[in-house]
Amino acid sequence: MSSPSLAAMTRATLAKDLRLEWRSKDAINSMLFFALLVVVIFAFAFDPTAEESRRIAGGLIWTALLFATVVALNQTWARELRNNVLDAYRVSPAPPNAMFLAKAFANFIFVAVLQMLMTPLFIIFYNLRSIGPVWQLVLIGLLANWALVVNGTFFAAMSLRTRNREIMLPLILFPISIPALMAMVEATTQVLTGTAQVISGDSSPRFWIQLLGVYDVVFTVVCLALFETVLNAE
Amino acid sequence: MKNAFVIFALATLALLSYGLYMALIVAPTEATMGDVQRIFYYHVPSAWAAFLCFAINAVASIWYLAKRGVKADAIALASAEVGVVFCTIVLITGPIWARPVWGIWWTWDARLTSTLVLWLIYVAYLMLRRFSSSGRAPVLAATLAIFGFFDVPFVYLSIRIFRTQHPQPVMGGGENSGLDPTMAHAFLWNLLAFTCYCLLVIWMRYRLQVAEQAVEDAHAERALGERA
Repeated sequence: MSSPSLAAMTRATLAKDLRLEWRSKDAINSMLFFALLVVVIFAFAFDPTAEESRRIAGGLIWTALLFATVVALNQTWARELRNNVLDAYRVSPAPPNAMFLAKAFANFIFVAVLQMLMTPLFIIFYNLRSIGPVWQLVLIGLLANWALVVNGTFFAAMSLRTRNREIMLPLILFPISIPALMAMVEATTQVLTGTAQVISGDSSPRFWIQLLGVYDVVFTVVCLALFETVLNAE
Repeated sequence: MKNAFVIFALATLALLSYGLYMALIVAPTEATMGDVQRIFYYHVPSAWAAFLCFAINAVASIWYLAKRGVKADAIALASAEVGVVFCTIVLITGPIWARPVWGIWWTWDARLTSTLVLWLIYVAYLMLRRFSSSGRAPVLAATLAIFGFFDVPFVYLSIRIFRTQHPQPVMGGGENSGLDPTMAHAFLWNLLAFTCYCLLVIWMRYRLQVAEQAVEDAHAERALGERA
């Protein structure tokens, strides 16, 4: 029996995960409600004016999305533990990276849907209006989404094998993600306010977008190179 | 091996005492900052020791993933723990120095922030080790160390955009940089002493870890023998 190709396996696993999600809507419901709660709590906590809210919105959006992403990431692999699906996968000839890519793509899609639903909410609750070009915000959204999701999916697989897996994931994901978080918050804020923030000197959104792009490429390669090691860690 | 360890420990002790004497008594009092500047002789060598530990950890982690030797893992664990301790010392002595000199305990400038982020990454590393079962911890930790290794350039690049309050390197800078020769002497002796001290503690922790592994193996073997 020849082993299935990476693309075919990825597509099959992704289709399975999306179908499961479509029928249960577990991940998207819990993420959406969680993000909504964070947004409401932030509004109470800071009570910003329109001008202030434009200045802090970048930070608020990404903090809310980051926490919501962790909610989805924690559910990624749990399903595969039941009935020992993960062990069955390990002994099968399927390429390990197909599993990883499928999970990462699925999470990417969930977070992208979340972003699309959350953006109007943010605009309404915080009276936002972007001064900079909107296409840049879309680009930042996609790059930042992948930056969180690729490492997040990987670390979720790692924390699957620890004693307190739900807590472990943010504990290792957040410190590693600090440069990406900084880039996404700075870029978003600069596009929204139309100016470079005082704190970042003369940097432009372009610098941060490029940083996010390079970050995405580097960590995608690292994840793909190391996933088999983590999957087979005993 | 045991003799070498004792000799190295004694030499380190002598160096540390001499360094202390140089820093507190021989070195002149700094003109504007006063005696608080003497923290410099501990702050900077500690930072150097912490970075040395993290570098050792990165190399040992890569070595472990390539060869899967228990010794590489013991070195990685020992250097990460010692590195976190030295990094903590840097983060504590820094504010003590900053408060009288800058008038603030903390500022989110490039070097402070990146040291803090490095500390966070390695605390996460130790947490991951602590909460993994003993068989899996080495692989998972080594993997995380490699993520940390690739993360460091991004941390520095992104934080460099922030304005820097921390002084530029005093030595090897421009025309007006440089230390008083006596200060430089005291500093270099302390740098040497702290490097030796750091390596000594790593060595001790490494031996402890190897002994722990041996005990664990012996227990496992005995359990297997009883069953047979």
